[in-house]
Amino acid sequence: MPSDRATGIDPDTRVGMLDLFTTMVRIRKFEERVRSAYLEGLVHGTTHLCIGQEAVCAGVVTVLRADDYLIYTYRGHGVCIARGMSLAAAFAEIFGRRTGVSGGLGGSMHLTDPELNLVCAAGIVGGGLPVAIGTGLAAQLSGRGQVAVAFFGDGTVNIGAFHESLNIAAVWRLPVLFVCENNYYGEFTRIDRTTPFEDLVRRGAAYDMHSVAVDGNDVMLVREAAAEAAGRARAGDGPTFLECRTYRHSGHSRTDPAKYRPAAEVEAWLARDPLPMFERRLLESGVCESQELERITAAVLEEVQAASRQAETAEWPSADDYLGCAMVRT
Amino acid sequence: MRNGQDVSNLESMVLSREGLVTPETTTYREAISRAIGDEMRADSRVLILGEDIGESEGPLKTTMGLYKEFGPTRVRDTPIAEEAFVGAALGLAVAGYRPVVEIMFADFLGVCFDQIVNSIAKHHFMSGGRMHAPLVIRAIGGGGLRFGPQHSQTGESWLLNVPGLRIVAASAPDEAYGMIRAAIRDPDPVIVLEHKALLGTKGSVIFGAAGIGNLESPRIVAPGEHVTIVASLAMVPRALEAARQLAGSGISAEVIDIRVLRPLNAQVIVDSVKKTSRLLTVEEQGVHGGWGSNVVAEVVQQAFDYLDAPPIRIGLPDSPLPYSPPIEDRAIPSVERIAQVARELIGRSI
Repeated sequence: MPSDRATGIDPDTRVGMLDLFTTMVRIRKFEERVRSAYLEGLVHGTTHLCIGQEAVCAGVVTVLRADDYLIYTYRGHGVCIARGMSLAAAFAEIFGRRTGVSGGLGGSMHLTDPELNLVCAAGIVGGGLPVAIGTGLAAQLSGRGQVAVAFFGDGTVNIGAFHESLNIAAVWRLPVLFVCENNYYGEFTRIDRTTPFEDLVRRGAAYDMHSVAVDGNDVMLVREAAAEAAGRARAGDGPTFLECRTYRHSGHSRTDPAKYRPAAEVEAWLARDPLPMFERRLLESGVCESQELERITAAVLEEVQAASRQAETAEWPSADDYLGCAMVRT
Repeated sequence: MRNGQDVSNLESMVLSREGLVTPETTTYREAISRAIGDEMRADSRVLILGEDIGESEGPLKTTMGLYKEFGPTRVRDTPIAEEAFVGAALGLAVAGYRPVVEIMFADFLGVCFDQIVNSIAKHHFMSGGRMHAPLVIRAIGGGGLRFGPQHSQTGESWLLNVPGLRIVAASAPDEAYGMIRAAIRDPDPVIVLEHKALLGTKGSVIFGAAGIGNLESPRIVAPGEHVTIVASLAMVPRALEAARQLAGSGISAEVIDIRVLRPLNAQVIVDSVKKTSRLLTVEEQGVHGGWGSNVVAEVVQQAFDYLDAPPIRIGLPDSPLPYSPPIEDRAIPSVERIAQVARELIGRSI
């Protein structure tokens, strides 16, 4: 990815930068609508928002190829949107409607779309990492330079599946990007009470794997690191552990007000909101005028609202839509 | 007759849908290796992962010749990490492969329980039917070989109430060959349970396409009139031997190999009990929450009026299997015990 070290932005990539901005705004507006829809009773059970972490999913996903595999978690709406999932189908899934990406069988935690290689949204912490090993092995065997990307949070680094998977990726030199979204809280508990150190990049290094830590709220830095990691993987140089340091603006899930977080910490991170950070950068480096960003934001908001409206009126699934669907051959 | 086939041994040939084929006497262990090898030859998407299965040909020698023929890419030794390599099978399946994983001891299914229950079994469903998970988990279990409490379990009923899985159990070499090949071809995840005490047993197997079995329903392995005995894995040969002993006292037992534990299609068993009016299940595991309870429930629901006596389930005591030979032997249902309980069942008839 071309980038000018002084500004982080090559003027030739203006359209690319605005696309990236659009993606981040789309994720933010989508998640804000999920939040308000929850309060309106349209979202059922629970939901896990990635507001505040948009730079990670947007930065990583936008450097990938169409044939790369994506594995992520219940906090995965941003990954799916960055990959181009239909907003109406995503909303419909979250609202439990038949027109959802999985016909309403999976819900908010399990948005997937095989046509986009969005192959696994694990609801179990660490559950996706072994699947990433399998897709990574398939990518290696294909010989076409594909990669598999696994997103997971800081809470995952203490579960067995994580360690088993990193070890296999390292010993088989699989083309896998382990993207650790370190938001410093595993559910309701701060990292210092669960893990002996906060710089989780060391977990990757422990498996003798190329390991990098970046400011996960700076989308350009995330992109650069992800592009480098993907390039290494495609060239046969094995996996990368990419720690992206970030923060979720809301609680773990919709029922969590996140009162366990110190006010000063929240304030410091809100001041580093990835969207205004990127906006400032675009304006200061002269990529565009603020009116253009406002125009994009307004257009995205309209797009999100229209998609939500479409999903809100979609039909409900019936028992016939799910009974007998656990197996291909019943 | 197939082109140019040797017909000098015509009397030993049997007619199958593939024409005349010659069964071969082979071991259960050999049947497993050959099933995998034949599928790997037939379909380049098939590969196998597991612990020590490559150059070592499996701790229990169930992958003999495979590494030599197919090499380390398709016969892949893994670290001791069941959760990762079983979950990896799902990733491979989603990406278009047909992976087979070997669980060295069925006891280790516990290590990868989350991947099986939450990832593999639900993947097709959670994708709204848009993704498939065609993969095979082979687990070698069972007692009687002094392996102690953590290396002797069959694991037969641990996963029985997990929708999305097909679970089969192989009691003989032809079943091992036929069901493994069918499992690899199946579009859904299949767990194939094998029994290590059977590995050296011999039987007649039809190799090749004609030997590919079904994964649909139980099978009558010895016809009879007076009592239905349903068994699995290593309990099948014991039930057959019990039936031979019972025949000496004028009792005709129908022995059914349950074969397909999930989804349970009890029709063969229900029809049998309608004929015999008596049901005995024999499991190499505790009977609480076992497949025998499901069989009894199906029979009671569908053939209650035909029963002449309450059904009986026998299995292990409600205890881990011990190591010491005399007490391990007494814990596992023996031929004599099966025959004795069958006699009591007939004596108890109303």
